[in-house]
Amino acid sequence: MKLCRVLGSVVGSVHHPVYDGQKLLIVVPVDGGDSFLAVDRVQAGVGDTVLVNQEGNGARQLLKMGQQVPIRSLIVGVVDEVHRDE
Amino acid sequence: MYLGRVIGTVVAERKYEGLEGMKLLVVEPLDHAGKATREPEVAVDTVRAGHGDLVWLVGSREAALALEPWFVPVDAAIVGIVDDIDAAQEKPAK
Repeated sequence: MKLCRVLGSVVGSVHHPVYDGQKLLIVVPVDGGDSFLAVDRVQAGVGDTVLVNQEGNGARQLLKMGQQVPIRSLIVGVVDEVHRDE
Repeated sequence: MYLGRVIGTVVAERKYEGLEGMKLLVVEPLDHAGKATREPEVAVDTVRAGHGDLVWLVGSREAALALEPWFVPVDAAIVGIVDDIDAAQEKPAK
């Protein structure tokens, strides 16, 4: 999983049916790297530090929408605090 | 998943079984500010995207899961057309 910061959201009315009603957020890894999109199921907001799982099998298990789910990145937690050695 | 811009089309008559009739587009992967993140790639279109559209894609094995039949050799699929981006920073033109 990656620590990321939420930058904003993306909306699009024409999409694959599994994206119906899903909240799609733009996240950027806090340690650098390009921004990407993740489905939010934990009510994260702009500016939050979040934990993002980038692996489809875990996403399928959590979303409980069957096995044919083209979603790969899922926000699985809002981070309160991180302590680490510099 | 990631953002991208449709910059071209691909025609390939001879394709792997299961890929017949699928629309292939050339897409430039972008970040939220519209900056290209890597080289353009070929993606299968599932949402009737057109040239110049800002779209979002899913990569890796999950790309094939957007298709019917899903057991096909595909590693990028366009799964949505972006209407709007609400981001604190600069965003790409629609």
